Amino acid sequence: MTVLKTENLSIQFGGLMAVANLNLDVKKGELIGLIGPNGAGKTTVFNMLTGVYKPTAGRILVQDRTGQLQDISRLHPYQITALGMARTFQNIRLFKNLTVLDNVRIGNHLNVKYNSVTGIFRLPGYYREQKRIDEECRALLKIFEIEHKSDELAKNLPYGEQRKLEIVRALATKPHILLLDEPAAGMNPQETLELMDLIKYIRERFDLTIILIEHDMKLVMGICERIVVLNYGRTIACGTPAEVAHDPLVIKAYLGKELENGA
Amino acid sequence: MSKKTNTIASALIVALFLILLNLLVWFRVIGEYTSQVLTIAGINAIIALGLNLISGFTGQLALGHAGFMAVGAYTTAALLMKVNLPMALAVLGGALMSALFGFLIGLPTLRLRGDYLAIVTLGFGEIIRVLMINLPELTGGPAGLKGIPTYTTNFAWRPVIPFALVYLALTLVVVLLNNLLNSSHGAAIVSIREDEIAANAMGVNVFYYKLFAFTLSAFIGGLGGALYAPFFGYLSPNMFNFQKSVEFLIIVVLGGMGNLTGTVVAGIGLTYLQEILRFLKDYRLVIYPVILIIVMLFQPSGIMGLFGNKEFSLTRLVSKMLGEKPLGGEESSDKAGEVQ
Repeated sequence: MTVLKTENLSIQFGGLMAVANLNLDVKKGELIGLIGPNGAGKTTVFNMLTGVYKPTAGRILVQDRTGQLQDISRLHPYQITALGMARTFQNIRLFKNLTVLDNVRIGNHLNVKYNSVTGIFRLPGYYREQKRIDEECRALLKIFEIEHKSDELAKNLPYGEQRKLEIVRALATKPHILLLDEPAAGMNPQETLELMDLIKYIRERFDLTIILIEHDMKLVMGICERIVVLNYGRTIACGTPAEVAHDPLVIKAYLGKELENGA
Repeated sequence: MSKKTNTIASALIVALFLILLNLLVWFRVIGEYTSQVLTIAGINAIIALGLNLISGFTGQLALGHAGFMAVGAYTTAALLMKVNLPMALAVLGGALMSALFGFLIGLPTLRLRGDYLAIVTLGFGEIIRVLMINLPELTGGPAGLKGIPTYTTNFAWRPVIPFALVYLALTLVVVLLNNLLNSSHGAAIVSIREDEIAANAMGVNVFYYKLFAFTLSAFIGGLGGALYAPFFGYLSPNMFNFQKSVEFLIIVVLGGMGNLTGTVVAGIGLTYLQEILRFLKDYRLVIYPVILIIVMLFQPSGIMGLFGNKEFSLTRLVSKMLGEKPLGGEESSDKAGEVQ
């Protein structure tokens, strides 16, 4: 069953075609890797999928909570999140001066059952709902083993835990599609291994479809079932990790170039 | 003792404190002059709290709160003089009118990201002032509006009633704002200040919450003005100039952006300081900027930054004095982190 589909998705910044004719067809439960050299347009794709950028051409169809495919190319980011697609950011965008728990509570925002008047006057039901939110958020933090830091400010967490918190916060929106933008950036090999297990685990646990952008080839090749390779905004390959790794175009554009430079 | 008992105990302490203050005013232990200064200080604190909601907590700079104060004050005066409404309704009407203005200004400007709100509110404040000058039938024009019915004409009650009302309103504004900010909706508001893009991606309808915060901010600003009109009994357009708006901003910055306690302390403190410095004549106007420069240089997070930017919490204090383990922020928002 298709949960996310793009049809000739393109975006142009002035004369620059950042992404051209991207056709994705993501099935439920898949784990897809989006790779490509720097500036290939990966994050731009995420920004279009989540409504930060409006595509100049093409359509994005996403399965909403009732199971219908819906065109989201004109929706605002918060509306797309409400449909069940959440994301993390490449350059961590936590609410730095808020506590870890508050970060997750804001992720949980769409599931708050009381209105602002109830919040201001603490009308009946407020405490019960607040307790429920609190417990839900702490349970999520527990999965990622950062529950004991609930009351610390987000900016005081070590880098790896900030990355984890971003994922927790995204999960708090109760998505069925999760977009991870370089989740392992800045992590050491040990942390990356743990993260791989964690990503597999949350996919099972929350019944997720995951698309991830990543430069760490070990992670991408290790957990992705399908990989899409972008270069200069164009899709140059698509297939299983093994197929992609042997694709001459990919080697030339991406892996080969890296080897020549001795990286 | 449970959390609930602590809250009730705190509420009782606040009530007793307010009653005590009023008794001091009633018996003229706090002189009539001092009580008047304190009343104005309370009004300034209320308006600054409104400004802090949009600028400190939501992160949208607003420079026209004197305008909202003017709308509240003149509306209340008109409702009292032309419509003969009862006092309570007139004050509420003034605040609501101001909220309406806030809503209408916010509707087009808050869709934009950045400092547009600052520019528009700056213009709004001036437009209101000029309008007040040029609508003599309603506002008395540049000469000002005289003969606004005051809260009471009874000699014994004269200083007590406005004082009691203003501090009751101040308490309510603090408690209700604190409730809001500790709720999930308040968290959504603060998330906009922290990172608008991330807030949006987390499902926060950024425009809605900005508009909500700004309208509420205008309401509180208008409430301050509405309380002011029947207290002073006279209004003039020049009371609500740009300098007045800046005064509120200084209170917010000095107290700490995004800190309710700081705003109340700075609001009352600065207003009082201005009265103490009256002997300096016009030079006292120099004091404000000097204070601001010193704060920006040495304590950019405001006075509450000295206390880790934590809100003062009576419930926490009560539970501590009773020798219990801290219960976490019930009446406090420990999360109101420092800005920049």
